Amino acid sequence: MGKGSVTSVSVSVGLATGLYGISFGALSVTAGLDILQTMALSLLMFSGGSQFAFVATFAVGGVGALPAAITSAWLLGIRNGFYAITLAPKLGVLGVTRALAAQLTIDESAAVSSSRDIADEQKKGFWFTGLAVFLFWNLATLLGGILGNLISDPADFGLDAAAAAALFALVWPRLQTLVGVTVGAVAMVSSVLLSLVLPTGIPVLVGATLAVLAGLLLDRRKK
Amino acid sequence: MTPWLAVILGSLAVYSWKYFGYLLPHSILDSKLLSKTAGFITISLLSALVGVQTFVNNQTIVFDGRLVALIAAAVLLRLKVPFIGVVVLAATIAALFRLAF
Repeated sequence: MGKGSVTSVSVSVGLATGLYGISFGALSVTAGLDILQTMALSLLMFSGGSQFAFVATFAVGGVGALPAAITSAWLLGIRNGFYAITLAPKLGVLGVTRALAAQLTIDESAAVSSSRDIADEQKKGFWFTGLAVFLFWNLATLLGGILGNLISDPADFGLDAAAAAALFALVWPRLQTLVGVTVGAVAMVSSVLLSLVLPTGIPVLVGATLAVLAGLLLDRRKK
Repeated sequence: MTPWLAVILGSLAVYSWKYFGYLLPHSILDSKLLSKTAGFITISLLSALVGVQTFVNNQTIVFDGRLVALIAAAVLLRLKVPFIGVVVLAATIAALFRLAF
């Protein structure tokens, strides 16, 4: 990410991210949201992990699982808050500009900005990448939504498996340490078991809470 | 609750982190406990969703094409295949598995 001019890095990150916006759009409409609702998620929520979590929960649990879908999406957005704290002194934004910068504060814009050493390039990296991803992500969502509407049964095309694979690919880079793998495994096993007794959406939240506690305990043990 | 209301509320909820991050003092990042907890929340929520998406169907545990696709996804990620490739290939494998069995 450190190579090339800021503009070219920003555009290529935007294009690459856009590609998986297609899978989001298709999954969202096959989950039961219409194209406008799908587009609204990409325009307004604009955070891949949260959006995938939202539609995945809705796909399985329907309208009854919407509160859990909101909660999962919200909690997954916590990363962006940490990026915002890091970016705030670098960007020096206020008022309307700050409100716009906040919307563009995502994994990719924060990553490109932090890969740069010069203050001016850190700013450009954030804005160019944020805008490029926003543009391509939303265009791709529309395209994916249109494609998804052509599919009658999502399972025939393996789209239910695609949702799991997409979420797995998002968590993969964080599973490279023993603590990371343990937290992931506790979350996965406990939420699957809790699914036998609790309504859709809740097992994910309870299982994840148990895993966070396990992670913190494990981390304390190590010292 | 309607899907539209959930889309709006969910979007506001996600935006709240993005915005409030700009109002908080930078010194918050010094807290190891806070940043560790945030990291664990991300790992555990995504992993829990992967588990439920792969193994659960109508409050029962099932092993089907989704598991085959997940194992394939792990291999592909290990081979550093990009995101879109992993998603498309995993879907294809699940679809083929269902055709075959």
